[in-house]
Formats: sequence, structure tokens, C-alpha cells
Amino acid sequence: MSKEEKKVNRRDFLFTASYTVGAVGVGAVIWPMIDQMNPDKAQQALATTEVDISNIDPGKSITVLWRGKPVFLKRRTPEEIAEARAVNMDDLPDPQKDEERVKEGKDEWLVMLGVCTHLGCVPLKDKGDFNGWFCPCHGSHYDVSGRIRKGPAPTNMEIPKFEFVDNNTIKIG
Amino acid sequence: MSEHEYTPKSKAGKWFNDRLPLLTLGAHLTDYPTPKNLNYWWTFGGILTFCLITQIVTGIVLAMHYVAHADLAFASVEHIMRDVNYGWLIRYIHSNGASMFFLAVYIHIFRSLFYGSYKSPREVIWIIGLMIYLLMMAAAFMGYVLPWGQMSFWGATVITNLFSAIPLVGDSITTWLWGAYSVDNPTLNRFFSLHYLIPFLILGLVVLHIWALHVPGNNNPVGIDIKKPSKDTVPFHPYITIKDAFALLVFMIIFAGFVFFTPNVLGHSDNYIPANPLVTPAHIVPEWYLLPFYAILRSVPDKLGGVILMFSAIFILFVLPWLDTSKVRSAVFRPIYRQFFWILVIDVLMLGYVGAMPAEGIYLVLARVGTIYYFLHFIVVMPVVGYLEKTDPIPMSISEPVLTGGTEPSLARKVNDKV
Repeated sequence: MSKEEKKVNRRDFLFTASYTVGAVGVGAVIWPMIDQMNPDKAQQALATTEVDISNIDPGKSITVLWRGKPVFLKRRTPEEIAEARAVNMDDLPDPQKDEERVKEGKDEWLVMLGVCTHLGCVPLKDKGDFNGWFCPCHGSHYDVSGRIRKGPAPTNMEIPKFEFVDNNTIKIG
Repeated sequence: MSEHEYTPKSKAGKWFNDRLPLLTLGAHLTDYPTPKNLNYWWTFGGILTFCLITQIVTGIVLAMHYVAHADLAFASVEHIMRDVNYGWLIRYIHSNGASMFFLAVYIHIFRSLFYGSYKSPREVIWIIGLMIYLLMMAAAFMGYVLPWGQMSFWGATVITNLFSAIPLVGDSITTWLWGAYSVDNPTLNRFFSLHYLIPFLILGLVVLHIWALHVPGNNNPVGIDIKKPSKDTVPFHPYITIKDAFALLVFMIIFAGFVFFTPNVLGHSDNYIPANPLVTPAHIVPEWYLLPFYAILRSVPDKLGGVILMFSAIFILFVLPWLDTSKVRSAVFRPIYRQFFWILVIDVLMLGYVGAMPAEGIYLVLARVGTIYYFLHFIVVMPVVGYLEKTDPIPMSISEPVLTGGTEPSLARKVNDKV
């Protein structure tokens, strides 16, 4: 298009229109081929899990499966809560208060995705230098609030969306 | 083929092309001199390539969700239909795609029969094409087994039992095919494996098919040899590509019509009943594209005879280039053969129809008449008509009938001239 006065003619219009319709058509065919790899309805149906927590004693924890991943439910003792809240924010690679990681009034319940934020292994409980979890894969140490303290993991262990259905039941997801 | 040397313009292109001449290949495919009178019957090669790619892509996707196990296969297909994102669309494209593939291949084969494309020097193209066709039938049959419905199971049982007709070793071969003492989980597993393999074998044969085509170049509606490149040819791109693209679009509209409006019309409702080894459906029919051969099988009141005749119906096509004695390729200039050609078309359609009907009464009679004509056509009609027929005058070139407004006898070649 070196000449300024070259007019847009019928043929240019037809080319552009054809390519546009063609591109929309190709896109409409490619999208289902891509979207079919996303979680299907059977997977989406597993999106929530209800857990009975009446049998968990203070200081103990259980692990449940949610969306194919482990979720740690820990009933913390008052000493452990106090320990978690005494930590100086400057000592945390990913600063976050313990209060932000639990539901208000249910401070003893830590509900946390049991997946190391480094490369996805499951950390071991009651291990590591901070009285919390330790990931054996690449040596990440988490504290009693599940926050990263030492090692290659970039962030604290994730808190999933959850709610208390009643005093004895938690619904995750 | 144009033999001019292609040199890439860019330095990087030249460097790469010296090491792997892909750009030369690309230039060859673009410039490839094509007869300028190719009609729409010649667009089915491109359409078939599209069909193959569609089947491979949708098939790979379906394999991500399908489970090849006798207890789970049926449920996994329903899972694809109900749960997987766009699973219904992908499966319907794949199942109707098989039918569209055969529709296109039958038109392609009959085009070759009408215009004599199988004749010298294109016998190898023809034979490779038939090998593709055989593999297509194997792939389609095994694919139909995978949903593990009633038609899947009993279709597999009937077809594998064909091999039990072989004297002495028949039963051993059938058991070997099954990997069990009936069609069972091992059969399903191996069919899935082979169903995944065959399309890639077809893809390889398609490359050979096109390679073999590019040696003599395309046949054309008047069936004469032409100089390439010359006034009788046009470059493949853009002249043929745009014509192929238009035909493909029309084909895709019909394809989409099936997928979106009547996705199950070509299938059989019994295949939505899970496979049951204890109950055979009242009326077993193969998919429509296998019906003519099914009719031939059932027309013979003898197990081994029926099987032999059915396989012969396909294998006789391999020697077709040597059964046809006519020196003229295109049926346009063969007034007698042309009529027999249409009789063959009607014969095959009729065999397809009676193949879908119960094997009794008038249908059995029609199947026998149809079968006899089918073989007579190839064994008697083709050699004899080719020998006795007085053909019409053949034009000297493709341009000539266009420029002179018809086939002037004075300008035409005599049949005995070298064509």
C-alpha cells in the first residue's frame, strides 16, 4: 500500500470479510477442542466436601481430601495459638497475621490446603524448626499457622474457602 | 512436474533448504501444474484430507476421556456425552465424520472409475488408494466397537466370526483375534489400540498416494495426457486451492447439518443399549458404508463362499487397471462403457439398500442379482467393452474443445493414436 490514493475496492473488502469469517469459524472450532481439557461436570461436582470435626481433640489434626488435594484440619491448643500470634511480622517471608488465617471466634481451627507452595508436595505434620509442618521434598519449614518460615516455598500454605455449617461440621469449597 | 530449481530468497531460507529441502517441496506443491479443466468431482481429494485430519484430531481428544474396558467403556462414552465440555460435539463430529469420510471416498472412487483415473500410468495411485480404503473400513469397524453397545458387541462378534469360515484354522484364528473365547475385554482393548494406530498408517499412505499422483500429474475430465506446464495447466495455488476450499465449505455445511440436526440418523439406536453377551438384537446391520459388501456376504448360501465372495468384491478392484482394456481413459468418450458405469452405480446402491433389509424373499433375490452383476461388470464387461467399443473422437488438448466450441473430427485424434 505505498500509494496513498489507492482506494479500498470490492476485492479488498471481500478478502477482509472472508478472512474475518474464516478466523471466527476456526476459533469456534478450536475452542471446544481446548475447553474439553478443562475440568468436566463430574469433576466440578466434587467441588465441596463436608467434614465432621466432633472427634478431633485439641492439639490433633486430620487430613481430608478435597478436589483431589489434602486439606489439613488442625484443632490448635491455646499455647499454639499464642505462639502463632507472638511471631514478629518481619520474620515472615510472606507476612500474614494468624488472625487472618482463621475464622473469628473459631481461632482454634486451622483449615489449610496441605500442599507445599513450592512444587506441590504434602508437608509432614509436627516436623521442622517451627513446630508446624516440614516439606520433605525440598526442605520448606512452616509454622503452627502454616506460614512459610524457611526454605524455597514462596508463600504460606493456602486457606481454602470454607464455612462452619454447625459446631461440628465444616464445609470446604 | 515442473523441474525448475527453486531457490529461497532469504539467506536463512537458503541455509535451511540446503539441509532439508522443505521449501522446495512447498514451492513444488504451490506451482504444481494442474489440468485447467478439473471439475468439482476432483475436489474430493482435498475433502478427504480434511476428513482424515478431523478424525485424527477429534479421535485424540476422545481418547483423553474414553476408557477401553468392557465394564467402563459404555459409561465413559455417556460421560463424554454429558459431562465433558463440548464432549457431545466432539463425539458427534467423530461418529458422523466417519460417515462423511466414506461418503467422500465413495465419490472419489467412482470419479476415478468414470474418468479412468486408475489406468496407466496411475495404477500405483489407485492401489495405494484401495489400501487406504481397506484400512478405513478396518478403522471404522473397530471404532464402532468402542462404545460397547449392543451393535458394537454383536457387530464385532459377526465380523470376527467371518474368519471362522477359514478351513482348519478358522476357529484358532478367531480365538486369537478375540484374545478370549468370545468378544470380550481383551478384544475391546486391542481394537482400541489398533483403532488409534490405523489413522496414522492411513496418513502415511496418503503421503504416498499424493507423491505417486505428483509423478504423472492429475488425470482430467477429458482423460488425455497433457504437457506440463503448458496452456492446458494452471498452478495448483491459487486456482485449485480456492476451488477445493469452496467445495470443502459446501461439504462442511452438509457435515454440520448432520452433526447439529440429526447426529444419530446414521447410527443405530440399539447401540445406546449396553453390550449384553446373552441377547442378540433382533436385526443386526453394519454401518451404511459397509452395506453393499454385507449384501454380497448374505447373498451366498454358504459360509465360506459368502466370505470369499465378499473379500473378492474388494480385492477385484486391485486388478482393475488390467481388466480394463480400453485405450481411452475418460467415459466422456466411451458411449457404451458410460452406460455400464451408471448401471454399476445403481447396482452398488441397490446392494446397499438390500444389505439393510432382512435377508429373505425379494431382498435375497435382488442381492443375488446385484452380486452377479457386480462381478460381471469387472470380469466381463470391462475387458469386452474396452475391446469392442467404438469410442468418440478425443480432443488433441484441453484448450481445443474450449477454443473450437466442440470436438471437431478433423482436429481430433483417432483412437489408435497414442493417447
